[in-house]
Amino acid sequence: MTLPVRVERRLDAPKWLKVVVPVASLVLAAIIAGILLLATGHNPLSTYHQMYSAAITADGALSATLVYATPLLFTGLCAAFAFRMRTWNIGGEGQLYMGAVGASATGLVLGDWPRPLLIIAMVLGGASAGMLWAAIPALLRAYLRTNEILTSLMLNYVAGFFMYYLIYDSDSYWRDLSTPSALVFPTGKTLGPHANWPGVAIGSFTLPMGFILGTGLAVGLLLLIRSTRYGFEMRLMGDSPQAARYSGIRTKRKILSVMAISGAIAGVAGSSQIGDFGHVLDPRGLQQAQYGYTGIVVAALALYNPLAVVLVSLFIGGLTNAGFALEGPSFPTGLVGTMEGIILFTVLGGEILARYRVSWRRDPVVAAAAPATGVAS
Amino acid sequence: MGAALASGVPPSAPGGAPRALAVSAVEMTKRFPGVVANDRVSFEAAEGEVHALLGENGAGKTTLCNLLMGLYRPDHGKLFVGGKPVRFHSPRDAQDAGVFMVHQHLRLVESMTVAENVVLGRSTPRQLRFSRRAVERTVAEAADRFGMSVDPRARIWQLSLGERQRVEILKALCSGARILILDEPTTVLTPQETDQLFASVRDMAKAGRTVIFISHKLPEVLAVADCVTIMRLGHSVTTVPTAGTKADHLAALMVGREVSLDATTKAAAEPGAAVLQLTGVYAHGDLGAEALRDVTLEVRAGEILGIAGVSGNGQRELAEVITGLRPTTRGAINIAGARLPAGDPRAAIDLGVAYVPEDRMGTGISPNLSIAENLMLKSYRGKTMTSGPVLSSRKAIANAKVMIERFDVRAPGPRTLVRQLSGGNIQKVLLARELSSQPSVLVAASPTRGLDVGATQYVRQVLAGTAASGVAVVMISEDLDEIFELSDRIAVFYNGRVVGILRSSEADRQQVGLMMAGAV
Repeated sequence: MTLPVRVERRLDAPKWLKVVVPVASLVLAAIIAGILLLATGHNPLSTYHQMYSAAITADGALSATLVYATPLLFTGLCAAFAFRMRTWNIGGEGQLYMGAVGASATGLVLGDWPRPLLIIAMVLGGASAGMLWAAIPALLRAYLRTNEILTSLMLNYVAGFFMYYLIYDSDSYWRDLSTPSALVFPTGKTLGPHANWPGVAIGSFTLPMGFILGTGLAVGLLLLIRSTRYGFEMRLMGDSPQAARYSGIRTKRKILSVMAISGAIAGVAGSSQIGDFGHVLDPRGLQQAQYGYTGIVVAALALYNPLAVVLVSLFIGGLTNAGFALEGPSFPTGLVGTMEGIILFTVLGGEILARYRVSWRRDPVVAAAAPATGVAS
Repeated sequence: MGAALASGVPPSAPGGAPRALAVSAVEMTKRFPGVVANDRVSFEAAEGEVHALLGENGAGKTTLCNLLMGLYRPDHGKLFVGGKPVRFHSPRDAQDAGVFMVHQHLRLVESMTVAENVVLGRSTPRQLRFSRRAVERTVAEAADRFGMSVDPRARIWQLSLGERQRVEILKALCSGARILILDEPTTVLTPQETDQLFASVRDMAKAGRTVIFISHKLPEVLAVADCVTIMRLGHSVTTVPTAGTKADHLAALMVGREVSLDATTKAAAEPGAAVLQLTGVYAHGDLGAEALRDVTLEVRAGEILGIAGVSGNGQRELAEVITGLRPTTRGAINIAGARLPAGDPRAAIDLGVAYVPEDRMGTGISPNLSIAENLMLKSYRGKTMTSGPVLSSRKAIANAKVMIERFDVRAPGPRTLVRQLSGGNIQKVLLARELSSQPSVLVAASPTRGLDVGATQYVRQVLAGTAASGVAVVMISEDLDEIFELSDRIAVFYNGRVVGILRSSEADRQQVGLMMAGAV
């Protein structure tokens, strides 16, 4: 005998589900994580309060949240834009590294330029490095029909090793060779004061320039997709590549340009890492953060909608920030990671499960009702 | 019993004893946003009966079947199976009650064997391990009983479309189907396979199964069914026995007016200058083998050149080289004197080549975009659809409204997704877009395949009218009647070559048939 419940695919989803499902998922996550916290001897309510305060209300909490949200905003847009055309650029991670390499080089070389020009140059330097890195899987996909998921993913590792090589294994232009200690403990050159991107300070809270740039970019991308010829071609290719070719779209060029834009966006994430936050090329920090991969999660949660990416990046950024604040002697990193995992799991799972409806198994024959007259003829 | 059935035949066996009702729908209504797909539809079929559902595209046949098989739930009305009222929540419920549907687009796992596909998705596996041999035996027995020869160990990808359909039917029968719904089953079949299918259907009926046969092909309905229920505009019009019923009577009931099944009247063309010229064209097929060999053709303005041939003899490749979708390997194509670059669809569009592809859903339209967006699939680059750098949705909607009106597309509105339309209406959207570009050449591949009588007639009139307005038309069809009816000249393809070009007024079917078979 099978289970008394059955799962059926929804033909059409009611609108209220869009609100109820994420909220219910979060509540569920809080319950599951609460059980976990109780089992490990923590008070769930005070832990949640601590998370809330660390992410939003405490002094400097929002600023710290934005430190994590800003790169996720860019990498989320990178994935959402490419995925919209069903071009699977998984290489945001590597494109971010290359963007950081490009932006730090620009910042170092042009260090004595006037500040506004230097900042623009850094944005463009990161964008072009990310774009060139994304062009490799794009060219392979367009002309040799290689699977871009595999190539863009593998190039992430190449980019990571390249970054390490620049700082740890060579006397490259990026490496600081000026002091004896820097020779023993390799680090990158710190950029000049001109290369620091200005943030907007509102009281004690600082809005990084990168986040403002990213929000503007999100609006621009939404308009591009919704109401331009370029976006129409993207939607058409995403729905039916054959129909796109039939209607005269140069499909190979389209793949190239969409991947290039996507890579450029991830490259600006790298620029922002250098200009807004680090001011130095730090391979270890960038690789541990894994913003590129988390950006894919952000894009998926936002259902590839650029504006929703802004909100989701704030949410995930806050979660990350709260996680770091919880860590301590009595609260191991593993527990933090598990809690974050539970939250992502329920939210993403809720998204997918909302496409189905669950009903109790009823006997298809309603035996109580008498056969209508005449039917049995 | 519904009043609409008062004129219906009593479901009695030839011997006079009444047969039990297998399925009965009473006044079922199903609404979708903007349309009532089924409006108080009543329908009943007895055990051991082959019951055809006849109607134009969009008449509500598919909706009715989706209600019967549990994919949709009715807004009103009742459904009885085996005399008991039922309420299906999913196809699984319907299958538990013995109602199975064989879709037009088959749903089999290509890498698995026939036997494996048959057991796939069984609702109640008695044991964890399935005995391959037992299943193979069951399948072979059922195949034998209903005259559907198929090797239970063959893998699906090795089978022809006709054989795959048999697997799908066997799967239903082996899973305990009492009521089997066949959705336009002959679309993918050769005439021989069709005959075999009909014999099997009769065997199933003899074995007490009920077969509901959806079709819009009148001769098929008359050949295989005991009774016909005719649907029109979401209503069940009437049910009549096929014995003693004539095809044109059914056609009139279906369309709601008298139709003549005679040929579309087409004025003899006064051909103008040669618009489309192919000289010594060669091209490769999908698998890299030569598919077009030394094709030389000429089509004049105002003329319809019919391309006859058994499917797979280079017709699809011909359409694709003219429209730029497939590069030529040798030879030249000229349109109104200008050389067409090889393999450049946009250049072909710009030179005025319109194309109605055989694969409507896959190539001709983008199913998840709206009617308005599909209508601008080729014109969005121009100035007519934009205001400044942005696409103007106002202009797109306005254009769509005009087209929907002019080409009589039945849809809730311009924002409706094309995948929600019926086959005939999709073809109208396609024709509307292709003809509104004022082409100089029109390539139409199997333009009426899968369409009902009304839509077929409409499409043929549009094609004839297009030629009359001075367009050079290339019409590829496997339907010889259609070729003879519409073409001025007929080019017969065999094995990638043109084996002959005949004037249709002088050609006879026998001769064309022999040429198609490569015998001349």
